[in-house]
Amino acid sequence: MTVLPPIYKDGITAGRLDAETLSDNFCDVHPPLDPHEAHVAADRCYFCYDAPCIQACPTSIDIPLFIRQISTGTPEAAAKTIFDSNILGGMCARVCPTETLCEEACVRELAEQKPVEIGALQRYATDTMMTRDTHPYTRAAATGKAVAVVGAGPAGLAAAHRLALHGHAVTLFEARPKAGGLNEYGIAAYKTVDDFAQAELDWLLGIGGITVETGKALGEDLSLDSLSDDFDAVFLSIGLGGVNALGVNDDQALPAVDFIEDLRQSEDLTKLAVGRRVVVIGGGMTAVDAAVQSKLLGAEEVTIVYRREQAKMAASGHEQNHAAASGVRIITNAAPIGMTKGGVEFAYTVSTEDGLQTSEETFVLPADQVLTAIGQALKQEQIDGLDIVRGKIAINDQGRTSRGGVWAGGDCALGGDDLTVTAVAQGRDAAEDIHASMTQGA
Amino acid sequence: MADLKSNFVGIESPNPFWLASAPPTDKEYNVRRAFEAGWGGVVWKTLGIDPAIVNVNGPRYGAVWSADRRLMGLNNIELITDRPLQTNLDEIKRIKRDYPNHAVVVSLMVPCEEWAWKEILPQVEDTGADGLELNFGCPHGMSERGMGSAVGQVPEYVEMVTAWCKEYSRLPVIVKLTPNITDIKQPARAAMKGGADAVSLINTINSITSVNLDEFSPEPMIDGRGAHGGYCGPAVKPIAMNMVAEIARTPDLANLPISGIGGVSTWRDAAEFMTLGAGNVQVCTAAMTYGFHIVQEMISGLSLWMDDKGMTDTSEIVGRAVPNLSDWKNLNLNYITKARINQDSCIGCGRCFASCEDTSHQAISMDVDETGKRVFTVKDDECVACNLCINVCPVDQCITMERLDTGAIDERTGKPVEAEFADWTTHPNNPSAQ
Repeated sequence: MTVLPPIYKDGITAGRLDAETLSDNFCDVHPPLDPHEAHVAADRCYFCYDAPCIQACPTSIDIPLFIRQISTGTPEAAAKTIFDSNILGGMCARVCPTETLCEEACVRELAEQKPVEIGALQRYATDTMMTRDTHPYTRAAATGKAVAVVGAGPAGLAAAHRLALHGHAVTLFEARPKAGGLNEYGIAAYKTVDDFAQAELDWLLGIGGITVETGKALGEDLSLDSLSDDFDAVFLSIGLGGVNALGVNDDQALPAVDFIEDLRQSEDLTKLAVGRRVVVIGGGMTAVDAAVQSKLLGAEEVTIVYRREQAKMAASGHEQNHAAASGVRIITNAAPIGMTKGGVEFAYTVSTEDGLQTSEETFVLPADQVLTAIGQALKQEQIDGLDIVRGKIAINDQGRTSRGGVWAGGDCALGGDDLTVTAVAQGRDAAEDIHASMTQGA
Repeated sequence: MADLKSNFVGIESPNPFWLASAPPTDKEYNVRRAFEAGWGGVVWKTLGIDPAIVNVNGPRYGAVWSADRRLMGLNNIELITDRPLQTNLDEIKRIKRDYPNHAVVVSLMVPCEEWAWKEILPQVEDTGADGLELNFGCPHGMSERGMGSAVGQVPEYVEMVTAWCKEYSRLPVIVKLTPNITDIKQPARAAMKGGADAVSLINTINSITSVNLDEFSPEPMIDGRGAHGGYCGPAVKPIAMNMVAEIARTPDLANLPISGIGGVSTWRDAAEFMTLGAGNVQVCTAAMTYGFHIVQEMISGLSLWMDDKGMTDTSEIVGRAVPNLSDWKNLNLNYITKARINQDSCIGCGRCFASCEDTSHQAISMDVDETGKRVFTVKDDECVACNLCINVCPVDQCITMERLDTGAIDERTGKPVEAEFADWTTHPNNPSAQ
């Protein structure tokens, strides 16, 4: 009998592809621009007045200025322009859905359906400075104030850096073994190669004045009361620690975020198991990241199933195209109604005035691995006593929660689009408000 | 297709596109390639007396680029031909024998002494060349030795040397002028007085293209030093055209034929030079940038445009715009226009707004429509019709100037537009108005 290569093995198994193929599959999805490419790309910027791209950027980076700085041969100055607004500009250059933010607003998108490559240029500038091995900011003199930042994801890191910059002493608590939050645990591997999340973290901490304490979870090792007692201010950036349940055979499915986390933390992808036929339920970036990476690990058939119409998918058109180009099939208007050992049964759905209804028409997708990506939820027991609105911590425009001395931002807080860049904006702005309230008594 | 045959001071060529005296015409090899590519004529790289000059052995060119690295300006510190005189003469003879219908003009630069010219002129004539071009223009190197622009800057010398050439040669004499002077009409007039058949202009402009900010030396840098060079290319075209037109519109110089030089890169540039009085054009930088094949675009473009204008001979182009070149004082002050922004082609960059608001007349408003699109509108009561918005707009034809009809109210002044012509000479604010 002929022996088939491991890629055809039924069930969930590791080593479907050899190490070399896996390494190729998980290389940089958008390779960095070289100096010539950057120069050509930068030349396309019109230096618009009050530029639409700046308006579209949640962190309001002065994009025309940084592109002009690249075009005049000073990428370090460009990087400083970026970091002044967004200290995680390096990661955002990699993971921002620029096609729905700055690049969608670019006037050359309107003019030629070909925007200036803002994301790639931002990466060129930030990479240039970050390889210099020096931190571009100097802390203000110590203020004697201490701030607790709980959760070392994008919002927490942005807040911690801005607070440290102003001279405050920051203790950055993180429940997991490593800081970085979704940058470290949640983003597709091919978007942030070469352990960039940790490199960026180390670079950011170069400001000084930030003490990182990992393995400290709110609600377990820390309480809001004790933090309020011990610190002059508290910033909560705890993310969404829970996952939403499907309500249908949840025990037979794996949350996509766990799958992605395992993949990100894996030291040897040949040892990471994946199904031969993978079904991903959901319609956002997490669904796409999980589906594409399943495919890259060697799954033969990968299908994303989303319960509403395609236009409602939270994953951008660019992401959907990336999934399709990677060989992922996308089925819309179908909801899971049951699972068998070998597959998932779906019913087609119809949008009605009373909401989404399942129809009588059903189909079964063979699956040996089912991943759910239908959203994460706040672990409310962690933040007992704070006002919650629509499942998130209620905050005002300055990031203040219902409790005095406690601010919040990032995915755990209301507002924002659950994007890295909105988390950075919220962390930065809350830090400014904390700084103002501590120094001016505002 | 219009016939592009050209006759410039009796020198015939298949088209009015000549290669200027410069590196592209330094050798038989290059000139053969040029004629095969379609160029109508060449002015052979300047000959001097033996022993041949030497060139630097470091870089010879400095450059100015647009942001997309198109070569907008080029300067050089190369001297005249560095090959023996006889080598050049032999090659010129062979070329003229093999290309009898193409123009071959020989550029000359020898010391400002009668014997030197008397000696070289018969040798050139012996090659069968069609004409002479006197290089009174190169502003670097040779000028330090009393040649090139050092001659061109002294009208008496221009006249004197031209007269020698007319005396010792039967060939047409074209005097190449330096732009490194205050009034181009002075050397042009001197050349005419000396009996020149034509002038050609401009030669290159004194220039430093850039400074090396690590070595603190002008570029091109030769072992840590730089010398000023001669500037040419698209960037000098406006300066060159003005000088050509100054000669063409001056009554006593109006009949002096002109070979137009300075940044000619496309058929359009050539047509523009010719409408301002040039009988033909000479090209260098564009050929040095893109190679000889560009002449095909120039040929097809000029032909199509001539067909469109109903012209059948290139002589019909020459000087067509000269009567419309006016003194400022004779421009019609009752010609009133306003900028108009086409909202369909506007891409919302706001550059018109920034330029008008920051640096001009605050005559453009910025609003946001119901769809969130930024809308820029000209405020007629502030618009002075300066045209800056058009010049900074990245979209061609998005902003245009619209003339106000007679009787319409100019909202800026509150006065109706008058029908009759009125210029500064009759304006009440002019103390010397008649």
